[in-house]
Amino acid sequence: MSMSDNSLRLVWVYPDLLSTYGDQGNALVVERRAQQRGLQVERYDVRSDQPVPTSGDIYLIGGGEDRPQRLASERLRRDGGLQRAVGNGAIVFSVCAGYQILGNEFINDLGQREPGLGLLDVVSTRGEGERCVGDVLGDIDPQLGLPELTGFENHQGITHIGPGSRPFARVRLGKGNGTGDGTEGAYNGTVFGTYMHGPVLARNPLIADLLLKLALDVNALPPTDDRWYEALRGERIAAAQQPA
Amino acid sequence: MAGHPGSADPLSPRAKLAVTAGKAAAAVSRAAGRGSGSVIGGKVALRLDPELLGRLATHLDVVLVSATNGKTTTTRLIAEALGAAGPVVSNALGANMPAGITSALAGGSEARFGVIEVDEKYLAGVARDVDPKAIALLNLSRDQLDRAGETRMLAEKWREGLAGSKAVVIANADDPLVVWAASSSPNVVWVAAGQEWKDDAWSCPACGGVMQRPGDDWFCGECGFRRPAPSWALSGDYVLDPHGSAWPIHLQLPGRANKANAASSAAVAAVFGVPPQVALERMYQVQAVAGRYDVVQFQGRDLRLLLAKNPAGWLETFSLIDPAPAPVVLSVNARGADGTDTSWLWDVDYTRLAGRPIFVLGDRKLDLAVRLEVAGLDFRVCETLDEAVQIAPPGRIETIANYTAFQDLRRRVGN
Repeated sequence: MSMSDNSLRLVWVYPDLLSTYGDQGNALVVERRAQQRGLQVERYDVRSDQPVPTSGDIYLIGGGEDRPQRLASERLRRDGGLQRAVGNGAIVFSVCAGYQILGNEFINDLGQREPGLGLLDVVSTRGEGERCVGDVLGDIDPQLGLPELTGFENHQGITHIGPGSRPFARVRLGKGNGTGDGTEGAYNGTVFGTYMHGPVLARNPLIADLLLKLALDVNALPPTDDRWYEALRGERIAAAQQPA
Repeated sequence: MAGHPGSADPLSPRAKLAVTAGKAAAAVSRAAGRGSGSVIGGKVALRLDPELLGRLATHLDVVLVSATNGKTTTTRLIAEALGAAGPVVSNALGANMPAGITSALAGGSEARFGVIEVDEKYLAGVARDVDPKAIALLNLSRDQLDRAGETRMLAEKWREGLAGSKAVVIANADDPLVVWAASSSPNVVWVAAGQEWKDDAWSCPACGGVMQRPGDDWFCGECGFRRPAPSWALSGDYVLDPHGSAWPIHLQLPGRANKANAASSAAVAAVFGVPPQVALERMYQVQAVAGRYDVVQFQGRDLRLLLAKNPAGWLETFSLIDPAPAPVVLSVNARGADGTDTSWLWDVDYTRLAGRPIFVLGDRKLDLAVRLEVAGLDFRVCETLDEAVQIAPPGRIETIANYTAFQDLRRRVGN
């Protein structure tokens, strides 16, 4: 789709509601790494009173507070643009509250079951215990061919994965989906969800590259100078292994 | 909980004992080299007499100051202004939770005014305990999300806590979250103090509608919640009072945000009969506040020390630093007092530093390095402040750090 005209359409969904935890860094990282590969990036920041364009290549959604999460889910369901984009083959990468919205259902700020977009086969509830807060270390699904996952989690959700999706990663340290089975995040086809902040693509630039490869339908990308990313990864992976 | 009517001496024997025990604990803490002792002293005193804070405040006209940013500086400005009308006791060092506040008040038995900075999370409780005459609310934005919880929830707690308050609330009309929090109160003085950071108020705090923000105005298109008409305003280098008179602001403190703090402080002073001209003249006395904005000499160079703890604070700081090519040192930690999540770095627009030589340090210098790399900026990662200062090109060095990183820098330069 995009390789022919050398452009990449990057959509940052609902910054007015779902951009509270620095997750717009994910958009900055994808944009930068695409530009380093010579792509022209057209970035669309779509507010929740605007229609979600259906012709984007990569859609990013971040975390947010409980009420904005409900509002975002209502507005995305009503708009329908994101679902149509996925039907067109678009890539979606979502974090925390955004991850829950992509699932079948989550618990909203009123304590009620709120329908999601059904783009991931997951159902989220709210945990009773302490909030999961801290550095996470995990192993990404080997089918995706990516190195260790490092991130920062800050949530109270519990997300159960149904047969239509696979766990994105297994945590070695941290809570992840909070189900006690070590799973973290979920994905199917071109739709991804994770609880990881950090932002997660700044901590794991090769996930950003995976999204680019899927969007461009290529198996490899020209290399980039990743020494600062590597230094940060090394430090955070070591820090996660330190006793608190 | 406010006071004991009929008692000439507001401090009962138990309260006096608590104050004495607290002072003893503070002295021990100081002697042991563990800081000023104000927090430990207050903790001991509060444990002996949980209602002590309220009783210490009964003989004072109390002003509470809360915000995400600027509360320590504004507390100093108000204390300076009210000094025109009588002696002031204040938690000037920024110990802003109940223990630190108790300790500060225990040291001011002769004062008429208590000017008290309060941590955002404790405002409602402290406002209940001390029966304040005035409450200044400056701004609310994202800060320490790993432990402080959600910004709108804080506004909600303020709103609930202020609903029954008899205090005059002096509130920033340009911050929708502050307006929503303050508008539960029957007696509000609105100050158009400005707010550069807007990204925590795109969603209407009342109904969730999308906020419209043409120019300096704002309103919710769905429920009609809108910017109230201010009676005070910051206008460039002037404070406009409710009569329409413009009073010049002369501060040693730099930046737009401090002019806004001065405007709010003048409105607070007026509640106690101090005219804006007198209040603003007195504010000139305020130089550095707990090291913030101090210019220090270090290794033969001038360094200006600037504290910025969250995206809104960094944004205001970028607008006051010397223009390029002034060198900039950035230092970020993520210890308990800073919040342990560094994701907020990505909400700061570092491209504003383009053209300046940038030196990066602190516990989380690698997070900053990736942030700056993605912003396409040139930077150098340094192990120490000494190293950064040695290689920085000529010119005054603007040193911007978050909370514990700032304390580290002050210690290193002997401030």
